[in-house]
Parts: sequence; C-alpha cells; structure tokens
Amino acid sequence: MATMTPETLVYKRPLAFTDTPTHYCPGCTHGTAHRLVAEVLDEMNLVGRTIGVAPVGCAVFAYNYFQTDFVEAPHGRAPAMATGIKRCLPDRIVFTYQGDGDLASIGTGEIIHAAARGENITVIFINNANFGMTGGQMAPTTLPGQKTTSSPNGRDVELQGYPIRVAEMLATLDGAGYIVRRSLHNPTNIRKAKKAIRTAFETQVRGLGFSLVELLSTCPSNWNLTPVESLTWLEEHMLPYYPLGDFKVAPSITAAKI
Amino acid sequence: MARELWEGNQAIAEAAVRIGLEAYFGYPITPQNEILEWLSRRMPELGRDFVQAEAELGAINMVYGAACTGARVMTSSSSPGISLMQEGLSYIAGTEIPTVLVNVMRGGPGLGNIAPSQGDYNQICKGGGHGDYHPIVLAPASVQEAVDLLPLAFDLAEKYRTIACLLLDGSIGQMMEPVELPPMREVKRREFPWATTGASGRQRHVLTSIYLEPNDEEQTNIRLLKRWQEVQEKEIRYKEYYLEDAEVIVVGFGTAGRVALSAVRAAREQGIKVGLFRPVTVAPYPYARVAELASQAKTLLVVEMNSGQMLEDVRLAVNGRTPIEFYGRMGGVVPFPDEILAEIQRVARETPEMVDDPVKVWLQRMEAVVKK
Repeated sequence: MATMTPETLVYKRPLAFTDTPTHYCPGCTHGTAHRLVAEVLDEMNLVGRTIGVAPVGCAVFAYNYFQTDFVEAPHGRAPAMATGIKRCLPDRIVFTYQGDGDLASIGTGEIIHAAARGENITVIFINNANFGMTGGQMAPTTLPGQKTTSSPNGRDVELQGYPIRVAEMLATLDGAGYIVRRSLHNPTNIRKAKKAIRTAFETQVRGLGFSLVELLSTCPSNWNLTPVESLTWLEEHMLPYYPLGDFKVAPSITAAKI
Repeated sequence: MARELWEGNQAIAEAAVRIGLEAYFGYPITPQNEILEWLSRRMPELGRDFVQAEAELGAINMVYGAACTGARVMTSSSSPGISLMQEGLSYIAGTEIPTVLVNVMRGGPGLGNIAPSQGDYNQICKGGGHGDYHPIVLAPASVQEAVDLLPLAFDLAEKYRTIACLLLDGSIGQMMEPVELPPMREVKRREFPWATTGASGRQRHVLTSIYLEPNDEEQTNIRLLKRWQEVQEKEIRYKEYYLEDAEVIVVGFGTAGRVALSAVRAAREQGIKVGLFRPVTVAPYPYARVAELASQAKTLLVVEMNSGQMLEDVRLAVNGRTPIEFYGRMGGVVPFPDEILAEIQRVARETPEMVDDPVKVWLQRMEAVVKK
C-alpha cells in the first residue's frame, strides 16, 4: 500500500463545483453544505445525471456553484418541481436544496406530500433558525426567546408559537425513507453530515424512496455573532432543541448496508 | 375515425393521451374532475406519469419541473384552482418553457359555484400572475373544437416556449357530444436544446426566472414581448358566420358565441342582417379583424358570460368608430338563444347610438331580465 505523502493531500475544488466565488457571508455554513454535496456527487460519479432544484432564500443561487443541470423553484415549491422532474426522468438523480423559510414555512405542503408519496428524491435542508436572505426575520425554526428582526423581543411562544422539528415530523410519514439531522458546527459533525448526505443519495440511486438530511447551520450575519461565536451558539442553543440523530431509516435502507 | 359520443372533459383527456401527453399533474375541482379521473386510469396503464398533487400549487410546480425536462406535460383546473396556479404560471412564463393548461371555468368570484362561466377571461388572457407575460389562449365552443385545439395548444406552447391555455366553461367540459378523436400517436420525448436532463456530455443547463440585474430582466421582458408580437402576427384564429352583408355583428367566444350563433340563425330567418364573429384565439386577440368588421357594421353586439371582460378588447379594437352594445349573463347563468335573439332584434330595430359605457346601459336593461 502506497504511503500517502503530505504533498499529495492538496485541498482541491470538487469536480462537481464550478469555478465561482462564493456569494455567502463569511462564516456561513452554506458553503460547507454545498461542498459536502459536491464531494458526494463526485464520489458517486453523479454529476452528469443529476438535476438540482434551488430554493428561494440564500441558496437561490446554488445553481451557480454546481456543474449539474439546475432549475430554480418558486419559494417552497422545490419538492413539487423535483417530483415533476423525477417522474419524467426516473433514471436521473434529483435533489432539492432548501432553507428553513423555504421548506418549513411556505413550503410545508410540498415537502410533507413529497415525503408522504415517497418521491425518490433527496432533500438537503438547511436549518439556521431564521430567514437569512431577507435579513434575519423569524422562521418556523427560530428558537423560543430568540431575537430576530421580526421578533425583536425574542420569540414569544404564546404569541408566535413553537419551532417546528422538521425531521421528526417527516419521520412519522410511512412514505419517508431516510430522515436524519446532522450539524455543521465542527469537523466531526461535518464528517457525519457528509456520510448522511452520501446515504441519502445512495437511497435515491437504489430507488429506496424519499431522503432528507437536515443540517443545523449558522448565520453569523443575522445572528449578529462572529463566525466562531456562531458555531458555539449553534452548539449551545440549537443542539438541545434539535437533537441530532436518525429519525427514520427504512428497513430496506438498513438492509442495503450503504 | 368514427364519431363517438364523449363527455367534454373526458374527450379532452383522451385526446391529450393520444397526441402524446407524457405527464399530467392535477388536483380535483369541479367542473373539470373528469379530466383528472380519466388520466388517473389512462396514464399509468400506458406507463406514463400521473400525480394527484396535494394542491394546485403543487400541481403547477410539478408541471413546471416536468416541463423543464422537455416532456409534453399538462394540467387542468377550474377558476379558483387557476388562481392558485398563477404563481407557478408566472414562473413558467419567466423561465420560457412550454406548458399546456386547461381551464374549465366556473362562476365566481370567490368560491362562487360550479356552473358554467366566462369570468376568467381577464385572469387568463391578461396574465393573472405577476410580471409582464402573455399566455396563448384558445377558446373552443364545442367538444370537437376543444379536441381539435388541444394539439394546436401543445404545438404553439412548444414553438414559442410559452403557456398555451385551453379556455372553456363547465358546459363544454361536462356536455356529451359526438366527436372524432385524434388517432393514437407514439410518444416521443423531444430533445430541446434548453431542457434540464442531466449535463452528461454537454454544458450544464440552468432554467430559472431570476434575473437579479434589472438590465438582464429587461432584456428578458423584451425577448418575451418580441415573441408575443410574433404570436400576434402569426397565430390569430377566429370563426365568422353570416358576415358578408351583416349590419349587426355579434361578437362572442366559447359557449356564449355558440349560443349567439343559434340566435343569429333565428334572426336571419326573420330577415335581420346579422352575423357572428367568434374569436378562437382570445389571446392574441383579433383586434385588426374586429376593427375591419366595425367599419362594415352599424352596431356590434358583444355577448359574454361575464360582466364584459372581452368587451374591453372589442372597445379597444373599435376605438369609438362604431356603436357597441353589450349583453352578458354572470355567476354561472348561461344565456338562452331567445334572450340574445331579443337583443339582436332590439339592436336591429333601434337607431345605433354611441354610448360611453355599454355595460352601464346593459345593466339598466338587465333589471327586467334577471330574477331577483
């Protein structure tokens, strides 16, 4: 076995990425999530037969970064668009990339029914507890007491209700195949997140049904924290409310030993 | 092929199957349910795609996704459902991909009722969704015409990368008529140079309606507008009846036009010089032809099953040169031929008079007609 020398461990852009400077804010974990998806597409050699569906939100320009074909959905409707694409091209790989405003607020109907139908698509769900693109308003995922530009005194659950735990909710559906939550706040969790994304795409490649990976993410600009403080805030505040774990792994996926 | 007795909605659905519909996405709403129901059986048995969506929002966005692959795709709905689809329709228009929509209109506004109406003329023809765009709108007056216009709708949608809508009302959708359906055609997935099918062996394709830079959006608006001008130039269609010597010209589309034709025939038997102009494309609207007819006629009588939505286009075409009268029924009420005959007789008898607002004088006359 050849010994890997340090010089060969050069950090490279995944082939699934285009050569495009990021538009995301410094410290935002969207870039990390994008890279994990790109690495998985590379490793599985899926770039040429994948169609991505971008959301409305910070990731609206996701299509600028990937070498795959891409469409840009109306706010919240990405799972419906993905359904239309996948039904017409069942041998292609279709994934949506959606934030929490897109998926957990305006797009609840589309995501619940795509999961319930067991659509053979993959959803990458970014939960950063606020509407990032529009300037940090309260999202369905905003934590109790969390201050945002539209909950300036902190989210009051008596008036504004409680956060939605998307992964747990979707896991109740018989049609859902693989539903997990991971986090992007440190290298260990990032590696676990990548493994989950790989499993999600493997689930689709093998035709085993609907897969979703919820990724706890940071939003330093709108949280008014530095990138490092944001990672700590995620760990201290989001992890207790949004526990990491596998909420649904269909027996067929377990049996596939991905 | 032999003529068979078909219900309008089912005939439209089966015609779509035979001319190569690859995918259908819809949501139940009366009076178009038979389209969805028919396709729920036919599409799977032919190995094609059918999904009953969770809502019209889902349905139109499934259509949006399917259309991005280049598949021949369609949805159908009725007035309130079309309102819900307008978001997706605007995105489809902005993305410049072909989509066929069938709107079987019912009475409104609001929940309204399930009776035949033409109250969606503005919502469809004038682009009910946001932004600058124009769908092509075809208005059949019979089941046969609906079946005949459907392939045209697909062809026009694909040729101009636009939305083509078949606009009919619940009476055509639910009435049974003898009809000759098209023969079964082989389904062929077209390879459009813009389709998102996976970027293997080529540059990637991105389909989007976002142009963040205003100058880019303006260029898109100009491109859409120029395409629409080409549609206006080449794709106008209409039917004319007894117009050679007509002094009174009735203008009506769809069912209103069809009922008016019965009235025109009865009036002709009484020696009244009356004819019918029935636009088949209500968008693009045949403005130039209406203007020509206006110079020939003493009076135009516009008949609709709404409060005068197409009347606005007739007035635009006529531009004050010829008196225009209006007769409409609303809320799901279909006019009887006798009502329109009485209007033709009155218009033929009276000295034509220019009025500021044909709707106003019609509404005054209507007090006597409408049951309270």
